[in-house]
Amino acid sequence: MSETKALRITNKVKGLSHLLTINRRKGTLLMIFSALFFFTGIILMSLFIGDERLATNFDAKNLPPSFMNPFGTDWLGRDMFARTMKGLSLSIFIGLIASCASVLVALLLGLTAALMGKVVDSIISWFIDLFLGVPHLVALILISFTLGGGVKGVIIGVAVTHWPSLARVIRAEVMQLRSAEFVLVSRQMGKGPWWIATHHILPHLIPQLLVGFVLLFPHAILHEAAITFLGFGLSPHQPAIGIILSESMKYLATGLWWLAFFPGLCLLIIVRAFDMLGDNLRLLIDPHNAHD
Amino acid sequence: MLEVNNLSLSFTQYQRGLKQKNIQVISDLSLSIQEGEILAVVGSSGSGKSLLAHAILGILPKNASLSGRLYYGGQELTAKRQKELRGKEIAFIPQSVNFLDPLMQIGQQVRTSSQVGSEKGIAKGKGGEKEKDRDRDREKGRVKDRAKDKGREKQRKIFDRYELDYDVENYYPFQISGGMARRVLVASAVVGGPKLIIADEPTPGLHHEVVKEALGHLRELADEGTAIMLITHDIATALEVADRIAVFYAGTIVEIAWASEFTDHGDKLRHPYTKALWMALPQNGFLPILGRQPSPSEPPPGCLFQPRCSLSSKSSSTNNSSCSQEAPVMRELRSGKVRCHFAT
Amino acid sequence: MPFCDLKLKIFFFRYGKGPWILEDYDLELKSGEVVGLSGPSGIGKSTLARILAGYVLPYKGSVRLQGKDLPRKGFNPVQLVFQHPEKAVNPRWQLEKTLNEGWTPDEELLESLGIEKAWLKRWPNELSGGELQRFCVARALSPATRFLIADEMTTMLDAITQAQLWHAVLERAEKNNMAVLVISHDGPLLERLCHRIIDFTRTNH
Repeated sequence: MSETKALRITNKVKGLSHLLTINRRKGTLLMIFSALFFFTGIILMSLFIGDERLATNFDAKNLPPSFMNPFGTDWLGRDMFARTMKGLSLSIFIGLIASCASVLVALLLGLTAALMGKVVDSIISWFIDLFLGVPHLVALILISFTLGGGVKGVIIGVAVTHWPSLARVIRAEVMQLRSAEFVLVSRQMGKGPWWIATHHILPHLIPQLLVGFVLLFPHAILHEAAITFLGFGLSPHQPAIGIILSESMKYLATGLWWLAFFPGLCLLIIVRAFDMLGDNLRLLIDPHNAHD
Repeated sequence: MLEVNNLSLSFTQYQRGLKQKNIQVISDLSLSIQEGEILAVVGSSGSGKSLLAHAILGILPKNASLSGRLYYGGQELTAKRQKELRGKEIAFIPQSVNFLDPLMQIGQQVRTSSQVGSEKGIAKGKGGEKEKDRDRDREKGRVKDRAKDKGREKQRKIFDRYELDYDVENYYPFQISGGMARRVLVASAVVGGPKLIIADEPTPGLHHEVVKEALGHLRELADEGTAIMLITHDIATALEVADRIAVFYAGTIVEIAWASEFTDHGDKLRHPYTKALWMALPQNGFLPILGRQPSPSEPPPGCLFQPRCSLSSKSSSTNNSSCSQEAPVMRELRSGKVRCHFAT
Repeated sequence: MPFCDLKLKIFFFRYGKGPWILEDYDLELKSGEVVGLSGPSGIGKSTLARILAGYVLPYKGSVRLQGKDLPRKGFNPVQLVFQHPEKAVNPRWQLEKTLNEGWTPDEELLESLGIEKAWLKRWPNELSGGELQRFCVARALSPATRFLIADEMTTMLDAITQAQLWHAVLERAEKNNMAVLVISHDGPLLERLCHRIIDFTRTNH
């Protein structure tokens, strides 16, 4: 009697510890959720914070961080917390669109390079090498500047500069799949190219695209902030992170450290969170250590 | 020489989603190999017999868990000893030619394994002398040179033995033919003077003559006193050189028989699966039996072979129930071993 | 089932700009016959199989089915089964989808090949090579298949599975008046299965 009871208890304990032990997949999922939580938090916050908190208020200028203004206020008395949240949500929005566009471009070019024959392949490969050879930031500044800056300029700039490495991965993957035996057999079974592309090839590319997207995201955000900081991106009246940082530079010497510290820290956290997420996802889909 | 006692091996793998599942690959496997003997482990491909080799060599992946005991030369074979002996006393002939380093010249590849061993030996002999530092350094250099020469000498001897031209030393793996690459694999296993060789499917899909040559090399080594474990799915190949055959079924060994017992209708064999395997060869009956090998993770209750067994269904109902309830243990029978309730 | 014949005539073949692999080779297969092709590895048997089944085109030469080129679209009446089933099934598909890719095999065939119902919902990495090969064979044995090329089809399998698969294939081949080309280095197997055996070394050079 007591033995069985004891057994049951140990079983229960085992079950509990099973729930508690964190294997890598659980760790990754945990990370995905915390990152998502963080993002939705920022976006919701920026939605709920009214524009009145961004208004100038000379009664409360240059205040250090406090309970009322967790990130302090600037030289015009604007609440830095509100500005940071607005800036970050704008950054996330731009990052999402830009990396989506980038992934699409990479998929399209990778597919055409692998499937349209040798001439097209060498042309696209040449473009990949060209874009990989030019520093991102330089290309970005040129493109954004030619398009007149602003949100449009930044998004297009990021989209057309960040696709090459992913496109190269996709091209290689498709080439390998194209000569895989199960694809060759499928053709013998009477399946057309479109059917093979959607049923055999695309399912193999989705994990690559997902990881590519997640890894592009921090790049997009950082580059958006960087060119805005340098003055080639968003216009100064938008509450962008890059604007906040570049403006605060002028006031750093006067001891207003919080102007740059909190927005910078938030940007860093977002970028790191996404970067780690991408790395974990990549390890997860890599068959060599998928079972660790 | 080598003894494997009650070896079990399982892997933790992810199911769909977050659950990790334990997958049993080898269960309660025992065997032993004597000096100068070839023991063939025969089983269908993908059934986990390669993992037996990996377990003995100590090169299992991280997510594997092992139980049971290994003994080598009378002493327990621990992970530390495995690391020390691997490539020297215990050598491995892999299945695929891809195991050769594509960026290293053949001669160097064959020498690397021998050098490690000989350098150590020479250094040990010099260990007792007490000299000034400078002398010692010079001596060390000389020892190294001598070791190098010795390594080359050794490698050339092996090359002679396997009819490889000295020119081949400077070739890279992509420059040599498949048959030559096989000989190189054997050469690099043998150069360290191993006492135990584990050959994992050394002749996959090769033509008869090539197979014969490769097996001939193994037989020669065994006749010189090396213990050899030959892992293969091809029983006909195994019978050509092996002394004893261990039949692998559903993650364990069901019979260990002498190669000479595979004759006629297999009447001298002990286990019904071995008989069926023998009679399914195209040169014998080409007779299939129904069903399939159970996965070691989902074994049937009782005897692993019971669902397909002719012995179990023929015998009376009382006998039958013992087959489906109780797993037979390995027992001695007619100078061999069998895992069956009714084998005679 | 109508009578068919498949004629192969190769003058030259090579991959890309590599060395010539096949030169001056003729082969003819007729409905209902089981032909063996033996020869050492690396001599171009697999290349021959790929040419016959239309996977690659001969550099100079032709594969003619009833005097016509092989169809470029639709189900190919010449089906090839490979040595390694793990590579010939999509790892991201449940086996049910793989099995029904070209046609829907009947219960009788599944039973004679020993394919269990429960396997249909499994993923390829959950089954052994022998089990996967049964699916590849079933997939290729459509009534529209006139010629089956088995390139070392059972080389990696144990003797019992080998016997089981070949019994099923020969039974179906006879029923559909299909021709089978057995490529193997296993002499006794060829002798057991085939009406005639071609020694590739002797005819080729």
